[in-house]
Amino acid sequence: MTDVLTPPAATAPEPSEPQVRDRADVRRQVKLLMVLGIVLLAEIWFKLKIDDPQVSHLFKGPRTLENQPVEFSGTPISWTAVAITVVALLLAALNRYPRRVGGVVLSVLVGLGFYGAFLMWAYADPSGAFAPAITSPIPGTIRIATAIVFGALAGVLCERAGVVNIAIEGQFIAGAFFGSVFSSFAVANIAAIPIFWCPVFGMLGGILAGVGVAALLAFFALRYHVDQVVVGVVLVAFGYGITSFLLGQIPSDQKATLNNPQLLETVEIPVLHKIPYIGEPLFGQNLLVYVMYLSVPLVWVLLFQTRWGLRVRSVGEHPKAADTVGINVNRTRWQAVLLGGVFAGLGGASFTLNTGAFDKEMTAGFGFIALAAVIMGRWHPVGAAFAALLFGFLQNLKDQLGILGDKVPGDLLSALPYLATIIAVAGFIGRVRPPAADGQPYIKSD
Amino acid sequence: MRLEIKGLTKRFGSFTANDQIDLVIEPGEIHCLLGENGAGKSTLMNMLYGLLTPTEGEILLDGAPTDFQGPGDALAAGIGMVHQHFMLVPVFTVAENVMLGHEKTRGAGILNREAARKQVRELSERYQLHVDPDALIEDIPVGVQQRVEIIKALAGNAKILILDEPTAVLTPQEIDELMGIMRELKAQGTSIIFITHKLREVKAVGDKITVIRRGKVVGTAPPTASEAELAEMMVGRSVELAVSKENKIGGDAVLRASNITVVDPRGHLVVKDVSFEVRGGEVLGIAGVQGNGQTELIKSLLGLVKPDAGKIELEGKDISRHGPRQSLAEGIGYVPEDRSHDGYVGSFSVRENLVLDLYRTKEFSAGPALKLDAITANAKHRIEEFDIRTETPETPVASLSGGNQQKVVIAREFSRPLKVLIASQPTRGVDVGSIEFIHKRIIRERDQGTAVLIVSTELDEIYALSDRIAVMYDGRIVATVSPDTPREQLGLLMAGATPEVSA
Repeated sequence: MTDVLTPPAATAPEPSEPQVRDRADVRRQVKLLMVLGIVLLAEIWFKLKIDDPQVSHLFKGPRTLENQPVEFSGTPISWTAVAITVVALLLAALNRYPRRVGGVVLSVLVGLGFYGAFLMWAYADPSGAFAPAITSPIPGTIRIATAIVFGALAGVLCERAGVVNIAIEGQFIAGAFFGSVFSSFAVANIAAIPIFWCPVFGMLGGILAGVGVAALLAFFALRYHVDQVVVGVVLVAFGYGITSFLLGQIPSDQKATLNNPQLLETVEIPVLHKIPYIGEPLFGQNLLVYVMYLSVPLVWVLLFQTRWGLRVRSVGEHPKAADTVGINVNRTRWQAVLLGGVFAGLGGASFTLNTGAFDKEMTAGFGFIALAAVIMGRWHPVGAAFAALLFGFLQNLKDQLGILGDKVPGDLLSALPYLATIIAVAGFIGRVRPPAADGQPYIKSD
Repeated sequence: MRLEIKGLTKRFGSFTANDQIDLVIEPGEIHCLLGENGAGKSTLMNMLYGLLTPTEGEILLDGAPTDFQGPGDALAAGIGMVHQHFMLVPVFTVAENVMLGHEKTRGAGILNREAARKQVRELSERYQLHVDPDALIEDIPVGVQQRVEIIKALAGNAKILILDEPTAVLTPQEIDELMGIMRELKAQGTSIIFITHKLREVKAVGDKITVIRRGKVVGTAPPTASEAELAEMMVGRSVELAVSKENKIGGDAVLRASNITVVDPRGHLVVKDVSFEVRGGEVLGIAGVQGNGQTELIKSLLGLVKPDAGKIELEGKDISRHGPRQSLAEGIGYVPEDRSHDGYVGSFSVRENLVLDLYRTKEFSAGPALKLDAITANAKHRIEEFDIRTETPETPVASLSGGNQQKVVIAREFSRPLKVLIASQPTRGVDVGSIEFIHKRIIRERDQGTAVLIVSTELDEIYALSDRIAVMYDGRIVATVSPDTPREQLGLLMAGATPEVSA
């Protein structure tokens, strides 16, 4: 017979769980209510500020005599946006806001509504004589997002292997410079390469530069265990410095042959580019964009379906476990970082091969935005790609609204993508978990 | 497969971790390697497994010398190892962990997950391991994780399996199951090297026992040897395995916790409506398997985390909203679970660590200035009183042995007048000699009228110290029993059996 001093609820069938509402859950609800409240107020304000709701859109091709913008009233759009937000707000207030896929769909709807209401306000009542038409955001978004997607893929590959890559910006600037030089050089000096393939030669230059910077990162981080954030920042500064220096070294009479890249040509994908509205902007792009489209699923398959990917993720999560089953941790990390360099270099090359001659510091912090996309995409190639598209979209919005004059302050507009980055990384994504060994050098005892 | 180790030596700088070790493991035997923490068992096994390169000596498999460049070579030669700290990737599934390193592919490097699942299912069935190949490691209990480790080794066709302190994280029932698995493996021809410092287990399952002390083989013994003999071989002198003490019924309740509930940062309810009291002059032992809410409970008592519901009272005063500094000042002594994490500052000297929570007092500081002489004098006094083996008071704590590091923490906490002593795993990773000392000091503190709360996953320790035993399972205290409760029954409670079933 045992002396049971305090038999707790000995006859009760099963002790009930104490009812404590998780604080994280409460915080989530408060955050949602605040954000939705602000969105709703803004949407109502946008609507009330409109005197004449007539706006026009031009979704197909450039403005010509035959292709004139179509006029329509923005009122239904404004009110639909308000309605969606009210529904979301009510759901949040009752703590019935859907989770998982439903929540994402609803949030996207609220976002689209806000975008619509904002556009109606921005394009209504033009201040000048000339009324700009609303145009498709897709082509600009894709063009801008290309580099960010490539950068984010590089970041995902490195960080999944446990190496923090702050140096994406450095890989971009180096890729941009050597992309330009290789493309220009091919045009001017290598007659064997047909003109269409010269920018592809430029892409090769970008890849070499990206891999070069990646090798420096790997060398210091993996061989000498230098703090990876510090190495990354140094490599960005190095990238800016060395490209500015090399740019200055190009004699003025050589500018045409060394920094005058042949641009990538538009290649229309048969059938697909005929899809109404989205076909042309998505599939009437250049080769680099198509490589980007293919790279996202490629990296996903590599990381999650192959032997190599399993090993990469294992060294990023628990390098010692990988070591004890005979995986060479540092070799695997080297491979991932170098492969990341390929993508980051391609992203860099897109700056010059899309727009023209290299100019110093032309990557303008996009590498850091790619880093934010990695975090927002939860270290997943597909998630990171969508996050990159979001940033591309905002950057493009800034460009499109730039022509509207003084309705939206220009300085605020240029801060928009960066502001969105901060908000996205700091708050919206909630709790994200990086690979467990991210940034930690693996030091074997002997 | 016959494994022979001849004159194996490993030096780290001037320190000799293994000195001329000779050992023979015959096929199909369970060979126990007994030794204290730091005796060199793990170093020896890491050499066997290719993680470390021997300085001298050789390892022979079936008479042929080996030259392992890394664990991959050892695995290929048929040596598998279950590490003390599991080598499993928490976010991977069981099957992914098992295949890692020798993945089967469908060509072009695409993983063949189905083959891996099948292999896990087959091995699981053959050795009765009951493991689901698709479960995520982070979602399954440690006992099952350990079986995954065993499957991992078997999947690599291990003929010799090294188990490094496999029982440290298990419940008594899980330990029995593990022993069953070990016998099953032995019956099917696998040799096992079983590393432990627990004498009971060695006697239960071993065929042969080799004792290691300070890097040397000090002798072998049959499993029929008595625990006292084995302990003496292990420590080098005779030791008292049990602290002599009288059980006492305590006085008034000093610390009272009512309906404590804690939600961890991931949103999981980890402590569920826990109530108990600790009386002056008694030891309340909280038994339970690691990860059943003890860590969070203890932290909430000190104020390191704030309980989400419930009340903590110290001598009738509500301290639920106190932070650690206030709680320490109120007279709570705290020996944390993981000393290297929150017990001491490794790079600080012994002298500094001994006043980490006292430097603010008048005794050790005047305004912004520290009274260095007083701090040094205090250190000399404590080093002597607690028999801390350190070269000087200036030696960084990180360079002391585990037992002496723990003595620094204990000495610091005991150097204030205490109302309550909360000690979590007070002797984890501490050598037998120091365990004896620390236990005696805890009992002495109790005899001075302090209310003592001990949290331990080691039943031996719970029995050695407690006047009452509370068992925690799944965030609750499922029973509070007296220390003459049989071991098996306590084990059942720790595994979640309800009190009626066990009675």
